Amino acid sequence: MIEFKDVSKTFETKEGTVHAIKDVNLKIDSGKIYGIIGYSGAGKTTLIRMLNGLEKPTTGSVNINGVAINQLSAKDLRVQRHKIGMIFQHFNLLWSRTVKENVMFPLEIAGVAKAEREKKALELIDLVGLEGKEDMYPASLSGGQKQRVGVARALANDPEILLSDEATSALDPETTDEVLDLLLDIKKRLNITIVLITHEMHVIRKICDNVAVLDGGKIIEEGEVLNVFKNPQQPLTQRFVSAESDPSHQETEIVLDELLNKYPNSRIVRLTFHGDQAKLPIVSEMVHEFPKVDLNIVAGNIKQTQEGSIGTLYLQLTGPEPQVAGSVNFLKKLRVETEVIADGK
Amino acid sequence: MGSSSYFDFSSVDWAEMGSATWETIWVTLVSVLFTAIIGCLIGLLLFETKDSKSNGIQVINWLVSLFVNVFRSIPYIILIVVLIPFTNTLVHTIVGPVAALPSLILSAAPFFGRIVEMSFREIDQGVLEAAEAMGASHWTIIFKVLLPESLPALVSGLTVTAISLVGYTAMAGAIGAGGLGALAYNNGFLQYNGTIILVATILIVLFVFVLQWIGDLLVKIIDKRVV
Repeated sequence: MIEFKDVSKTFETKEGTVHAIKDVNLKIDSGKIYGIIGYSGAGKTTLIRMLNGLEKPTTGSVNINGVAINQLSAKDLRVQRHKIGMIFQHFNLLWSRTVKENVMFPLEIAGVAKAEREKKALELIDLVGLEGKEDMYPASLSGGQKQRVGVARALANDPEILLSDEATSALDPETTDEVLDLLLDIKKRLNITIVLITHEMHVIRKICDNVAVLDGGKIIEEGEVLNVFKNPQQPLTQRFVSAESDPSHQETEIVLDELLNKYPNSRIVRLTFHGDQAKLPIVSEMVHEFPKVDLNIVAGNIKQTQEGSIGTLYLQLTGPEPQVAGSVNFLKKLRVETEVIADGK
Repeated sequence: MGSSSYFDFSSVDWAEMGSATWETIWVTLVSVLFTAIIGCLIGLLLFETKDSKSNGIQVINWLVSLFVNVFRSIPYIILIVVLIPFTNTLVHTIVGPVAALPSLILSAAPFFGRIVEMSFREIDQGVLEAAEAMGASHWTIIFKVLLPESLPALVSGLTVTAISLVGYTAMAGAIGAGGLGALAYNNGFLQYNGTIILVATILIVLFVFVLQWIGDLLVKIIDKRVV
């Protein structure tokens, strides 16, 4: 269990005092993947660095399993850090060491015997899927492979917590997904807590159980990923969610405008399906119920999150008014989130 | 002294030339060794005390910087003279190759110290932070991150320093420290023997080439940043 209690952080700069973190209260359960999302400058790096004491809160306390990280002595903090792995956006590998030697580095720091170090390093290299690359140097690896080394290195001392500081932000989309799958796999196998910061909702959707949205050093929204995706409260969260769940949002708008010009009497609705709803034949039921309504699918997509799927569907409905109105009500009755975005009258 | 006097190889005392060459080589190597050690310490001190918030540490940084800048700005030929009393106390002589060592080291170490500091500063800050996040102590970071990660830069820096030390060694030779510089000056220039000047020069140039070649080779072996 990780707990931020009334955590604030201020920096003194030449331009005056900067409030990087303002009154953050956060609980992170063990064995979860917790994502903190925000734009750059929102304070997420500061927040995650408090978990391994690279940054100290000005006020408040940061607890991991009851230990106040910000109050440890320098020596105790070093010992505590053995149990907190960290991966970085730019991997931060030592180029002068081979893959194996890089993974062995934290074990050297922790004072593990040489034979043990070798054994553990080879195990971890297998775990992250880099068999056969033990003796290569980081310079000859691809970005994704470098991050795998980073992950293996972070896991060397069997940490309870893995911190991920924008670990996929320097990778291309395909490699990003590879690394995310690796993190998910590791969480399942080793049952460790992962705290990650990112500016991509995609990362949150794909692997996180919980999410907190950070803006201007404050947590403006927090909860289970599916709930936040279903029902984003704050404008910023809505922006993150819509950018992710509907990447072609603008294109859809253009199509909708054209359709409305062509068929001024039609009605356009947006349906949002969650979890099992996405698997039900809701639209065809509606068509059976209201056979006079003509239906045109404008756009649609479906996304997978850790807790279930989320789908959106844009429909154009034309036909006799009572039938159209009835079909919209029918959809609402089935608890599909139905939003009439163009009324056509 | 006509041009023909440069090619009268019978006038060269080869045994003397050999021992002078050896003197130049060992004086250079010994001073490179001390320069490397002292320079690394100076560089480390400068690097570690930079941007400190503590007043005491800032004073140390300022003092080391001052020492480095003073010794780097004194022309070598003057430094030898300035250091005569110091040399005398340290090695009990002011002539011969051993007497050249203190001034050689004191002029080269601050120069190399700056190179060390620069090399350390070129290391990616993120790598140092990663080591810190793993729970590495300050000394672990120095020995397992700073030094190995900057090694190619340190070796090429030391090569540059070693080559300028060859020049200084020759200069020190001219005022009694022995070696090829002394031979070229005393037996060549002062006795109008162009051949000795030519041979001594060729030997010094060869020595510099060999140093550069060894340095480049070492860097190539230890630098793993390029595939």
